[in-house]
Amino acid sequence: MNYLLKRVLTGLATMLMVSFLTFAAFSLISGDAAIAALGTSATPERLAALRAELGLDRPLLVRYGKWLLGFFTGDLGVSISYQQPVGELLAPKIRLTLWLSLVSFLLITAVSIPLGVLTAGRRRFEGTRTALNQLGMAVPPFFTGMLLSWVFGVGLKWFAPGQFPDAKEDFAGAAVYLLFAAAALSIPRIAMTVRMLRSTVQEELGKDYVRTAIARGNDRGQVLRRHVLKNALPPVVTFLAQTMAEIVAGSIVVEQVFVIPGLGRMLVSSIGGRDYPVVQAIVVILALWVVLAGTAADLINQRMDPRLRLGGAA
Amino acid sequence: MKRGNGFFIAGLALTCLLAALILLGFFWTPYDPNAMAAGPKFSAPSPAHWMGTDNFGRDIFSRVLQGAGTTAVIALATLAIGAVCGCLTGALTGYFGGPVDELLMRLNDGLTAFPSILLALVMISILEPGKKRSVILALGLVFIPGFARVTRTAFASLRDVNYIKSARLMGASGPRILAVHMLPNTLPVLLPALTIGFNNAVLAEASMSFLGIGVTPPDASLGYMLSEAQGMLFAAPWYAGGTGLVIVLMVFSVGLLGEGLRRDRGVL
Amino acid sequence: MKRKFLAVLLLLGLLGTVLCGCGGGSADKTPEGGQTSGSNEPAAQPAETRANEITVGIAQDLDESLDPHVAVAAGTKEVMFNVFEGLVKPTPDGDLIPAVASAFTSDAATYTFTLREGVKFHNGDPVEMGDVIYSIDRNRLPGESGAEPLIPALAAIQSMEAEGDTLTITLDQPNNEFLSYLTLAILPEDYDGQDTAPVGTGPFKFVSRAAQDNIVLERFEDYWGQGAYLDKVTFKIIENSDSILMSLQSGAVDLFAHLTSTQAAQLGDEFNIEEGTMNLVQAMYLNHAEKPFDDVRVRQALCYAIDRQQILDLAFDGYGSLIGSSMYPAFGKYFDDSLTNYYTYDVEKAKSLLADAGYPDGFSMTITVPSNYQPHIDTAQVIVEQLKEVGVTAEIQLVEWGSWLSDVYAGRQYQATVVGVDASTMTARALLERFSSTAGNNFINYNDSEYDAFFQEAVSAADDAAQTAAYKQAEANLTKNAANVYIQDLADLVAVRKGLEGVRFYPIYVLDLSGIRYTA
Repeated sequence: MNYLLKRVLTGLATMLMVSFLTFAAFSLISGDAAIAALGTSATPERLAALRAELGLDRPLLVRYGKWLLGFFTGDLGVSISYQQPVGELLAPKIRLTLWLSLVSFLLITAVSIPLGVLTAGRRRFEGTRTALNQLGMAVPPFFTGMLLSWVFGVGLKWFAPGQFPDAKEDFAGAAVYLLFAAAALSIPRIAMTVRMLRSTVQEELGKDYVRTAIARGNDRGQVLRRHVLKNALPPVVTFLAQTMAEIVAGSIVVEQVFVIPGLGRMLVSSIGGRDYPVVQAIVVILALWVVLAGTAADLINQRMDPRLRLGGAA
Repeated sequence: MKRGNGFFIAGLALTCLLAALILLGFFWTPYDPNAMAAGPKFSAPSPAHWMGTDNFGRDIFSRVLQGAGTTAVIALATLAIGAVCGCLTGALTGYFGGPVDELLMRLNDGLTAFPSILLALVMISILEPGKKRSVILALGLVFIPGFARVTRTAFASLRDVNYIKSARLMGASGPRILAVHMLPNTLPVLLPALTIGFNNAVLAEASMSFLGIGVTPPDASLGYMLSEAQGMLFAAPWYAGGTGLVIVLMVFSVGLLGEGLRRDRGVL
Repeated sequence: MKRKFLAVLLLLGLLGTVLCGCGGGSADKTPEGGQTSGSNEPAAQPAETRANEITVGIAQDLDESLDPHVAVAAGTKEVMFNVFEGLVKPTPDGDLIPAVASAFTSDAATYTFTLREGVKFHNGDPVEMGDVIYSIDRNRLPGESGAEPLIPALAAIQSMEAEGDTLTITLDQPNNEFLSYLTLAILPEDYDGQDTAPVGTGPFKFVSRAAQDNIVLERFEDYWGQGAYLDKVTFKIIENSDSILMSLQSGAVDLFAHLTSTQAAQLGDEFNIEEGTMNLVQAMYLNHAEKPFDDVRVRQALCYAIDRQQILDLAFDGYGSLIGSSMYPAFGKYFDDSLTNYYTYDVEKAKSLLADAGYPDGFSMTITVPSNYQPHIDTAQVIVEQLKEVGVTAEIQLVEWGSWLSDVYAGRQYQATVVGVDASTMTARALLERFSSTAGNNFINYNDSEYDAFFQEAVSAADDAAQTAAYKQAEANLTKNAANVYIQDLADLVAVRKGLEGVRFYPIYVLDLSGIRYTA
């Protein structure tokens, strides 16, 4: 419990820090919401008027304080570009990106964990397998996405690239579309996870206690499950948690390639439009995401490897 | 062992070949990479233009040679910054633990939790947009937390292992334990992380150029070229194909090299 | 067994990826074949179940409030042109014709409008005089906190008098261009949802919008005039240029404006390409406050050093219209074609001008280009190569649009920039006012007393002929002083699925869908 409390507090601190950094970042980069909104019709007078209206003329800390207050009372503000409450604007995009990330994550774990564990230590086709694994890691989602769209979209017409179907009207279509996007996102990650898992499992397999256990006549699979995995998994779980966090970052590019109107595309365009209430909200959501993934990894790791238990859990 | 050497040799050969080509690209290319109308527009690969030409009639092979150089320099420099700073933080915090560990890891969490493109964008805006060193610094910073995290986990899991304990009891100093006793044992985790890091650096550069905040044309990087090629997928698929293939090849050969290195150390 | 199965699965997956790569490679050799086979199917699709509707791709989201008086983004105005009308509206020829008004008369100082009978808002309410006055006042009067009025030029209105269905507007001084401001949208007085659910009088009514995804319009049944042909239009936002092509090819999108020549060339024969102009003054704009661009000889040298025709050929497949000053050809009345070839490509002349100016060995410069607009990036790339010939080393600096607006446009911190400047209203003033020395948006820091005089003369001219003559002199002044390196008005290439017709081009940036229809 103590640990959880600590984790919640540090998570909160992280999010505060991140949100403040974003605020500070926006005052550092050139251009603000007013100038982005007015575009080439900006005159010094109109700019000043709009800045006053948006409250951009007030000091950084005052604006941050106001935002923070709103945040804790559940008010994320209003998007400057869209004139819509941020929560309302982002809700469907969060759902979409969450789906994309979940599908990718499931794909990654479902394929890589069995593959990594089962192929570890087996020597047949070792070379080919490793080479393929390396190849998988070397293909950028960017490139895979282009190829997938071209072959399965334009060529085979399994989906219409650039035309993400509305899930309410065409659930199957949306699912297929997401699956392709998730595949582009997952391939290198699958390869990485398999590699990670195999190298740690193999390392454990080489250790004396395993050799002894097997030499004593224990079933190889049982040793693998009972002892090896327990010791090999912590770095992999850390890695997977990191993957979970990075999928969302990766989805920014994949959402661009596949034209999926999710959080990533919103983030990119809102940065461009200096729409700070939206960016602020997205950044905090992403931070929360990362904190949750990190917490999950730590919790699982500690359960599996008592050596990692730090002061808090004593 | 033998197999490991096989990877090492194949990886080394490929990497050297690519490195030689890239080095060559710094001094000589078949055509001036930026010369327009070096051939007809959008001509398919031919003996005269091995990878065809782009929308300006520029020779894609020459551009890829030059772009690969840019990308390699950016990726290596990024990796250097990210790995050195990240591993150092990770090793220290993982080994010593305590409040410093907590503080740094929370700081790290913050950095990880900050969307990397925003971070990169801010860095680049503050530095000079479109300059190579801005991209390198920005990406380098983005890479630190990842390395720190992996390293920390590796070092922390070794901290209370018996042989480290005994080394400590024998009076070995902290840095010595870290460098001599722990580092070699974390290499199986760190080396893959390094090659993955290279992979990620190439990718990150590509993503940033794709979003328009990377290196600027005409001195293109592979990432920028690929994003440019995306708009010409129908007219000149060889542009995307060639550029993408070179990226894949670069990462693949370095990956093989890493694999070979790892096995050569007798880890298997 | 399981292990093998999984290995095979991975192998297949990777093999698939590799094969995709090869597939991509082998199809290269026959792009035509690939395209036709790829396009047969979707072409048949709309024919079977053809609803009277189309999907139009747009490259940018309407990232603004949809309130037509507040929205400023060109992309928003382009789409919402179909939803709103003013007392008058523009025609493809650049004239203004009655819309919500049924007739108007003017003597340059007094404008009289007769309200058209039976015009309805999309919410069913009739348009009344109160709505018209409300709409004009909303743009004319200062904002609540004393902010500048939305359209400062409306301050010229001395009085507005309504009598029955006649509105008389009296100006403080004669102004021939005033009518163009009355294209401002007429909105219902007692409605405050324009931001998100706009209501106007145009041939299409707003139905829904999903940010970054789509905007849906439907035919307005009670439109006063010849209504739209289509029942429904969906605007689909497709930012990625590659996806634009794919969505056209796959049949997801029927019409897409502002394609690049490369994209247009890649489309198969199920599309017609209509060519108009973008109505942009594309130029390499030079900051006159920065050395060496304060020297007219340097600017002229740059004009001679740049081969504009080669830019069109290399970057635009020959599409585009050359220009020589801050005016584009679609503005027939003000466009002076004799300025177009004032500077002809001449490397020797450029070199000797540079030598005169004290730069016999050339100099280095930075061209700042917004990263979101490929045609300008392409143009800049050609310019960099061309400038090498005269010893000028140019470097491109790509910046985000937001940074460009703040650093280049508002901050004026740059040396040279390649962009296109458009006209906010259909007047010469909209293009030329920015170069008067005191203009707040004079981002090139142009300062020429002769120019200021011409401009003043044009603005205060009593009759149209004198005004036009003065504007033309102002244009000539810009050319002779090589204010900027003028390049072209970009071609506006619109891909329209075969079977659809009725694309109309305007001298302003709009996409008029009311004329689009399926051929029988």
